[in-house]
Amino acid sequence: MVLDAADGYVEQSRRVDKTSDLMKGLTVINLFFENSTRTRTSFEAAAKRLGADVINMTVASSSIKKGETLIDTAMTLNAMHPDVLVVRHGNSGAVQLLSDKVDGAVINAGDGRHEHPTQALLDALAIRRRVGKLSGLTVAICGDIAHSRVARSNIQLLQIMGARVRLIAPPTLLPPKAERFGVEVFTDMRGGLHDVDIVMMLRLQLERMQGSFVPSVREYFRYFGLDREKLSYAKPDALVMHPGPMNRGVEIDSELADDIDRSLIRDQVEMGVAVRMACLDILTRPLREGGAA
Amino acid sequence: MSEEGRIAYLNARLLDPATGLDVTGALLVEDGRIADFGAHLFRTGAPSVNEVVDCKGKCLAPGLIDVRVQLREPGEEHKETIASASQAASHGGVTTMVQLPNTSPVIDDVSVLEFIARRSRELKQTKVYCYGALTKGLEGKEISEIGLLTEAGAVAFTDSERMLGDAKVLRRAMSYARAFDALLVQHPEDASLAKGGVMNSGELASKLGLAGIPAVAEVIAIERDLRLLAGTGGRYHFAHVTTADGLEAIRRAKQAGLDVTCDTAPHYFALNELAIGDYRSFAKVSPPLRSEEDRQAVVAALADGTIDIVASDHAPHDQDSKRLPFDDAAFGVVGLETLLPLVLSLYHNEHLSLNDALALVTVRPAERFRLPGGRLRRGAPADLVLFDLDKAWRIEEDLLHSKSKNSAFGGRPVQGKVLRTVVDGRPLYAAAGY
Repeated sequence: MVLDAADGYVEQSRRVDKTSDLMKGLTVINLFFENSTRTRTSFEAAAKRLGADVINMTVASSSIKKGETLIDTAMTLNAMHPDVLVVRHGNSGAVQLLSDKVDGAVINAGDGRHEHPTQALLDALAIRRRVGKLSGLTVAICGDIAHSRVARSNIQLLQIMGARVRLIAPPTLLPPKAERFGVEVFTDMRGGLHDVDIVMMLRLQLERMQGSFVPSVREYFRYFGLDREKLSYAKPDALVMHPGPMNRGVEIDSELADDIDRSLIRDQVEMGVAVRMACLDILTRPLREGGAA
Repeated sequence: MSEEGRIAYLNARLLDPATGLDVTGALLVEDGRIADFGAHLFRTGAPSVNEVVDCKGKCLAPGLIDVRVQLREPGEEHKETIASASQAASHGGVTTMVQLPNTSPVIDDVSVLEFIARRSRELKQTKVYCYGALTKGLEGKEISEIGLLTEAGAVAFTDSERMLGDAKVLRRAMSYARAFDALLVQHPEDASLAKGGVMNSGELASKLGLAGIPAVAEVIAIERDLRLLAGTGGRYHFAHVTTADGLEAIRRAKQAGLDVTCDTAPHYFALNELAIGDYRSFAKVSPPLRSEEDRQAVVAALADGTIDIVASDHAPHDQDSKRLPFDDAAFGVVGLETLLPLVLSLYHNEHLSLNDALALVTVRPAERFRLPGGRLRRGAPADLVLFDLDKAWRIEEDLLHSKSKNSAFGGRPVQGKVLRTVVDGRPLYAAAGY
């Protein structure tokens, strides 16, 4: 349903006049406890294109400080009667904790290493629009899966949509018992990419590269970075995705990332706005219909 | 109510785990001590006493001894005090508590020990004993004054919820403690493996996106300590053991003749990691709730005697410390008031006989920590609990008497309700009609 609605919003976003008044009079607060440029901008663009009033709040501080103020912040904002809260937080489960305390709709824009549902939706939309379907595809998610909310949300959604999911990573970057997610797990790109339709690369955080989880950037790129050679193990027309921001030369070869025939990376950004418009639309439907009645 | 008075408990099911006694009879308290008890007592005539309590056939047993409690006084009185914990203890049938040294200031000095002793003397509520810190400031670097603290009344030594990780310091502490025949208590969890973790490592932690603590962190700590203990000798105790492998290591060490014991807490035999569900921070404890296989291993170790003691691990935390994202929430649950029914579940679920289940919280901690009480014996302090073995009720956090309400068992139906709790002959709590 979200994907179908989003299809329409892709068209709206490509028009010269991109704005509608669907959400006129409604307030959306983007509440980000973690720095984010692209996700916040994407949510902001989505809300504005639907005619909503948008307020951006970035509450970046030490993790203890964050924890102390989370419920208080929720209560404070709730008193301002936002219709939708878009929340990003560095702790797994924090968005759910906050959503228990507020009256309006809450959209999870990423919580710790738990979930990032709109990212999974936009990835699904990008694949569906390029390939025409999700069912029956084999998708390999590669890189820092242990610390990735993108991976967790994508595993769930892709499986619901009928795709087969593989995980490829060095063992230190795989979550314990990953095989219990109903996926195939590989620790080498050659085996893992064999016959794959979609290669989804994940960002490797800089602080995890220097000896704690992998020995060095160059060793990581050598064995787990995606270049033309490794991509050749996959199906001849396999597509490349990345949730961004990319570390060129760390997890993905720069030239490959820009290859419009093989890379879906720019589509992903475009779909992001459309999917978020669809989420805002659907979540405020009861409100708008109730208001009219 | 007077300490000097004579109180007769009639028509009681007398239970003494130390001797296996289980008969219907009476018990006479005189001057705060057990004067006499048994099936024969008062058979032939009404007793001449100040007060008669008709137990109506309910169970009368030694009061519970909880050897792992955080009272938060001195230092964090907004979470709990000796008085509020005593309220919880009295409603839970606990007559003796042993307080961990992680107060503020830390119990690594005789003066802190004496402060707590004085406070509990003044209150005349639940009996309070203290651990001494094993190392100064619980910092794991320098051995605390084990001799002086023992003389002042410390019953055992531990670095509380921290593992004493430095092998050299621990080995010295083990050797030194022998001079005073002191009991050392370890929180067995390899700190480098546990660092940053907030729950048991495994499928659920991966799904929730929470950093895991691998179960192996426990057995690594236990095996290492046992190696050191084999060299130094001495009395050693592992607190809250939670894994099959850790318990197997202790089982083998006992067979090999080491003077080692261990305990677990109710949440490790009554819950597994699934209690965390959707980031329920009230189920965040240290060590973490484990897998179902490990939980079953804990039950088996209780049944075969590998686990000697059950302690509540009472760790009160206020809302501000618990209503946080799971990563930031404090570790620990309250447990004084729910200890008895959860231990009785081992009997109701047919894992242990009634007296064997009660032994885990009476005579066995009394023996290991060398405490008075824990037994029905003539001349022993009249620390008693009268309880209805079968009475079903539901644990509700808000109704707990602890200052903090962070129970992991909210909503859980249990069996076994305390009717009267007696310390040195004085009833600290009595349900209506008892």
